Amino acid sequence: MTSAKTLLLDYTLGLADDALVSAQRMGWWISRAPELEEDVALANIGLDQLGQARSLLTYAGQLEGVGRTEDDLAYLRDERDFRNVKLVERPMTDFGVAMARLLVFATYQLHLYRGLSVSSDDTLSGVAAKAVKEVAYHVDHAAHWVLRLGDGTEESHARMQAALDAEWPYVDELFAPLDPSLAGHVADPAALREDVLTDVRRVVTEATLSMPEVSPALGGGREGLHTEHLGYLLAELQHLHRSHPGATW
Amino acid sequence: MYGNDFGGDQHTRHEPDRPHDDRAFTALLAGEGRVEPRDDMPEGYRKTLVRQIAQHAHSEIIGMQPEGNWISRAPSLRRKAILMAKVQDEAGHGLYLYAAAETLGVDRADLVDQLHSGRQKYSSIFNYPTLTWADVGAIGWLVDGAAITNQVPLCRCSYGPYARAMVRVCKEESFHQRQGFEILYTLSHGTPSQKAMAQDAVNRYWWPSLMMFGPPDDDSPNSAQSMAWGIKRFSNDELRQRFVDMTVPQAQALGLTLPDPDLRWNDERGGYDYGEIDFTELFEVIRGNGPCNTERMAHKRAAHQAGAWARDAAEAYAEKHARRTESVA
Repeated sequence: MTSAKTLLLDYTLGLADDALVSAQRMGWWISRAPELEEDVALANIGLDQLGQARSLLTYAGQLEGVGRTEDDLAYLRDERDFRNVKLVERPMTDFGVAMARLLVFATYQLHLYRGLSVSSDDTLSGVAAKAVKEVAYHVDHAAHWVLRLGDGTEESHARMQAALDAEWPYVDELFAPLDPSLAGHVADPAALREDVLTDVRRVVTEATLSMPEVSPALGGGREGLHTEHLGYLLAELQHLHRSHPGATW
Repeated sequence: MYGNDFGGDQHTRHEPDRPHDDRAFTALLAGEGRVEPRDDMPEGYRKTLVRQIAQHAHSEIIGMQPEGNWISRAPSLRRKAILMAKVQDEAGHGLYLYAAAETLGVDRADLVDQLHSGRQKYSSIFNYPTLTWADVGAIGWLVDGAAITNQVPLCRCSYGPYARAMVRVCKEESFHQRQGFEILYTLSHGTPSQKAMAQDAVNRYWWPSLMMFGPPDDDSPNSAQSMAWGIKRFSNDELRQRFVDMTVPQAQALGLTLPDPDLRWNDERGGYDYGEIDFTELFEVIRGNGPCNTERMAHKRAAHQAGAWARDAAEAYAEKHARRTESVA
């Protein structure tokens, strides 16, 4: 039987890996954004996500109790051990995709962290209370771009709608229900669905776009069943660290 | 070039809107006064500043690429965060500098176009590749170290907006330089392969860093005029010497060797002698034949083109909303 501590560890790793993988994708944009101001903004957002990942990985290491650090967990786990949703690991080299994903993901994080900030787990509530302020800015930033792109030119409208449609099958996985033994202890993603989708819908509608009507893709990220993209992302993230076992950086 | 001026750009024409009073300008400079955007200034002074500030801004922007090359592969999460913040700072420096250039009557979009079409240059140091993680340390320590040596005197540049931008840039650059030193210190005190990586990076970046100060004084056509105008405060060779004297003891502290057999203390001069710099390499890199010139420009142009639809959308959206606001009012 899975103990409550293992479940909490998996839950924490899920949040940590979501943030880490998002930060890794965001880092690609620095020097590639549409404007110099946007290079600064996306670097800022990536840094916030990375900071969240570091705190959460450190806590996951403590919960696990075998002395693994944030770097051990980030650099020395294989694909099957990562617990992030598939949404964040998919390629993100189109600016419309980047903003569609950020809108959905940051809105999800905002509601999740709000819930967690009153959790009975002091560490998670502390991390969440700090992160709430950060992701509120991410939501705001993404919403402004979705409005501009959706209600900008004909081309941008079509591209923004296509980006939303492409992301949408992966949104459902964010709301996978919590194991009942953690209920009341941490925020339940399934309970966030309505609030998150209401917020996203408000922006999408104002941007003259439509909420996609597509079937959800199969989940599995939380159980370590990923897309083929994650392996390449981790190969790049981990190779240098793994090439020098035991070295200090 | 990263706070130095190599000349040679074509740039925007700008006709002064009133006759220039050279006596007043000369008196202002003689009194160590600051020239402000609305002040009367010689057209050559304005053009030199536009060229130098634009080159400096472009250098910050292109400089994001060699370091950005290691963001995805930084060997610890702490290093990744520091590197992302550093590259973000470079983008911020680019923004202040473009803003400073705009006070001289030019437009940022036009300057960026001139970079993309090759009419304006950027520091040749960024045409070298970052082949290993240690290169990120070497750039911080040597390249930012050289940049600071150039930029500290620019805080007293006669043109107010440039001087003020430099005050902030220098603070952040000295932080970057310490971070670069710390990366190399950790490597040089790490495993034998880490130390070898650090030494290799220093071997490759030492001479190009010395070249960042530009050609020797007797072959630097723009320097005398820039010094007379109070834009430049010290000659290329003076600044280079200052950098060498600052860096040699730091290399000793790192336990790394600088790749110059002729480097030794000269008691008489009170400074370090160093070997002859191969300036043909510098001129080749400036001419476009460096290891990464093509890649740096291709990356920059590709990002600009890929973002065109988003910039167009932002503009169209702003116009629509301005119209809506008007019709409501």
